[in-house]
Amino acid sequence: MYAVLALVVGVVVGLFVHPTVPDWLAPYLPIAVIAALDAVFGGLRARLDHIFDAKVFVISFVANVLVAAFIVFLGDQLGVGAQLSTAVVVVLGIRIFGNAAAIRRHIFKA
Amino acid sequence: MPGAERPAGPHEPERPAAASDPTAQPTSQPTSQPTSQPASQPASQPASQPASQPASQPASQPASQQTAQPTSQPTPEPTSQQTSQPTSQPTPRRPGRARSTGIRVLVAGLCGLLGFALVIQVQRTASGDNLATARPDDLVQILDGLQRREDDLNGEISALQDTLGRLKSSGASSEEALAEAQRQAEALGILTGTVPATGPGVSMVIADPQNRIPPEVLLDAIQELRNAGAEAFQVGEVRIGVDSAFTGSAGAIKLDGTQLTAPYTIEAIGDPPTLAAALAIPGGVLDTVRRAGGTMDVSQSDSIVIDQLRVPRTALYARPADG
Repeated sequence: MYAVLALVVGVVVGLFVHPTVPDWLAPYLPIAVIAALDAVFGGLRARLDHIFDAKVFVISFVANVLVAAFIVFLGDQLGVGAQLSTAVVVVLGIRIFGNAAAIRRHIFKA
Repeated sequence: MPGAERPAGPHEPERPAAASDPTAQPTSQPTSQPTSQPASQPASQPASQPASQPASQPASQPASQQTAQPTSQPTPEPTSQQTSQPTSQPTPRRPGRARSTGIRVLVAGLCGLLGFALVIQVQRTASGDNLATARPDDLVQILDGLQRREDDLNGEISALQDTLGRLKSSGASSEEALAEAQRQAEALGILTGTVPATGPGVSMVIADPQNRIPPEVLLDAIQELRNAGAEAFQVGEVRIGVDSAFTGSAGAIKLDGTQLTAPYTIEAIGDPPTLAAALAIPGGVLDTVRRAGGTMDVSQSDSIVIDQLRVPRTALYARPADG
């Protein structure tokens, strides 16, 4: 619940504060957001499965973000940044969909 | 964990129980501590396990007692442990609770960060100024697209410029054509008698005192003048056009339905000497007039004004044909 509250607070803060994203971060921000979304969906699913562990969540969140950003960074260095970021988005999207399906089964029992 | 809690169990319950432990502890601990814990645990746990085991293990049953003791000792110990664990759990939970609140704060912070980053990214995407931060591949693609579009637009520009040049030249030529048409219209107007004309020419007066001059003489005069290059004629008050006709008879000559009265004045624009010579050729107009008893007076002039106009006729049937 507090996580949801924090999410809402973050959104509101983001709406009212208009920070300039530093250039070095800009290419990785969307991927990092997707990775964090994946972690959040995984955490939500774990919570509904009653196996939620905050430590696991924090570590998976940070690791997801870092790994996704690193993969994109590596892709940029290798000259396949666009393709690799697409791959990351696809994989994370599949995971998000899987988690969303599990959450849906929990909530709607269907 | 149990191994780590066991040494901490006996020491800690006494201090927190007296100092600051929650309500659950003082109720359960004072009841359990005086009865079971001081009796069994200090004897069995701290330094008593190694001490009691050698004491009860007189090296006679090394194998069986060691197997029997863990089986016999856990029977009191689980009870004591289970009593001590709930009592001692608040103590490890204290740092645990702090850790869990810390982790909760961390989770909340991460979630807030996610929302923040989400909104920022959405705003960046919506603002559309992510060109500066796009990666080189994308920039190259964008550049390619822009160059292709530029090529297309350049082609369009050249095509439009061609069209513009064509239209301009055709406009200029149409202007020329208009001027040419104007000149033609003026020439034709002079020829058909719809515009006034002035220029050098001759003016002649044919007197017919005996009324014996037929219309043919006037027609011959006009034809001679035309042959000599005259360009505009006026007989009396009537302009000669392409469809002019002399009718009537001698003494009552009509030109285009208008009655002419002697003396007949004919004005013609052209080269004056040529026109005068054409009228004076032997067997020409002058001789004919004289044979009819009339006189003809021709005067050359540098400025003959022909100001009578004819009503232009619009063709009923004839239409201009292309080509």
